[in-house]
Amino acid sequence: MALLDEITKKILKQIDESGFRQEGAFNLRHNGIALCHGDSEHIKIKKKEDRPGIDVYIDGSAKGEQVHIPVVVDASGMTDVVYNDFFVAEGADVTIVAGCGIHNSGCNESRHDGIHSFHVAKGANVRYEEKHYGEGEGSGAKVLNPVTNIYMEEDSIFTLDTAQIKGVDSTERETNIAMGAGAKLFVLEKLMTHDNQTAVSNMEVQMNGEGSSAQIISRSVAKGNSKQIFHPKAVGNAGCHAHVQCDSIIMDHAEVSSIPEINARHLDAAIIHEAAIGRINDEQLVKLRTMGMTEEEAESVIIDNFLN
Amino acid sequence: MMLEVRDLTFKVNENGIEKSIVKNISFEVKDGEMLVITGPNGGGKSSLAKVLMGIEEADGGQIVLDGEDITGYDINHRANAGIGFAFQQPPRFKGMTVIRLLSIAAGRELSKPECCRMLSAVGLCANEYITREVDGTLSGGEMKRLEIATVLAKTHKLCIFDEPEAGIDLWSFSMLVQQFEKIHEKKEESLILISHQERIIRMADRIMVIENGNIKAIGEKDAILPTLIGSDDSCTCF
Repeated sequence: MALLDEITKKILKQIDESGFRQEGAFNLRHNGIALCHGDSEHIKIKKKEDRPGIDVYIDGSAKGEQVHIPVVVDASGMTDVVYNDFFVAEGADVTIVAGCGIHNSGCNESRHDGIHSFHVAKGANVRYEEKHYGEGEGSGAKVLNPVTNIYMEEDSIFTLDTAQIKGVDSTERETNIAMGAGAKLFVLEKLMTHDNQTAVSNMEVQMNGEGSSAQIISRSVAKGNSKQIFHPKAVGNAGCHAHVQCDSIIMDHAEVSSIPEINARHLDAAIIHEAAIGRINDEQLVKLRTMGMTEEEAESVIIDNFLN
Repeated sequence: MMLEVRDLTFKVNENGIEKSIVKNISFEVKDGEMLVITGPNGGGKSSLAKVLMGIEEADGGQIVLDGEDITGYDINHRANAGIGFAFQQPPRFKGMTVIRLLSIAAGRELSKPECCRMLSAVGLCANEYITREVDGTLSGGEMKRLEIATVLAKTHKLCIFDEPEAGIDLWSFSMLVQQFEKIHEKKEESLILISHQERIIRMADRIMVIENGNIKAIGEKDAILPTLIGSDDSCTCF
């Protein structure tokens, strides 16, 4: 069992709420190197030969299993690029817990680009949790640019639960999803920016199969002078249903742009988009204050629950 | 005496013109007493309630709660001093679950059975609601009942309910009346209910009628009620 330093343990607590353990199927990437890894009976992890990253093979007998693949970067000035591919066999039911935390105590930029591709076979059910977090006393930027590609075969289910907790100076997220017949997609994206941070999230969902459906919920809070841009795009190429909902709370001098795009290319494609940006409602603050909270406490509770 | 209000005044500025909403009002609420405030719409009842809670700032007068002068307190300090407040139109909280909101109201983490009991008391089919979000998926009536539950979640010195009957169906209203009766019987909390509902008015120990920012009448229920209800038992005031 690999010994982990205190910084790594602390970051793992932030990005892996269910608790990272060196048992079952797992792979901990630390400063560009696999620090430790393990397989389970139904989940095998193999190191790529041609480029940095891993291939994760989940067989159809995996039922309710988890695989944890966190990334920790604590070397200031490091750029870590990783390609992880997930092959989820027909009928598998699995939770994949990923996430990346950067601790930057220096003055140079630390960056992690995780390019994840999911190949989800017929009838498989995948829950993918990804948390991003930055910390450190240094002036160097903490940058995370994830790319997530999801290929869903017929009747598969994919739940993407992604959150940027805090401390990430810059992020550009690219998410591309292609859906087969009867496939069901659930996306919950939560994003918090503060100070001078910037965040761009581009998401494209191609509903190619008859009866496919997608529910995409994006919730964000922008504080300080931070800037956020959301560009969700849902394309209906067959009879399908999609609901895209983007809600943002804006505070201080922050700026949020929500640029939805819905594109129906089939008569039976039903796609809805809702977007709302606004400050914290005064009535919410007053209600919580009538319960004994200060204005600051009330504000914090509203934000925490909004992003919950 | 639980609440002493002396010469309370509240004004608003409408297009540069000062308008008095609450005009030098003085009254008291005894320990464990239920005071029902009624009167025509726009008379200043809800404004008075908000001034008592500190949501609106008084322009003059004094408010004393259980011997403590709270006139200069802000909303949260008044809440911590012992006032509970149910809004006429409660706000929604996207992302917050019902059990979370009730836990905040109670000042401690509630178990599911505790939460269930609180919701049942206001006529909500408890299990169905615990993990629901306090957002646009709840109807106006559901929101209203939940709002009342947030005040009942904790024991206060004084609870103020602003038109608790508004938007509630008859069956839930009956349950609500029973809740008020239970609280009233215990005499542990003083109650101010702003209402136009005869059934609530009949529960009062005393009734205060506010009209045009002034107290038009205040007194024991038996003295005030006949002036509000006509001889054929139909309501003539509201």
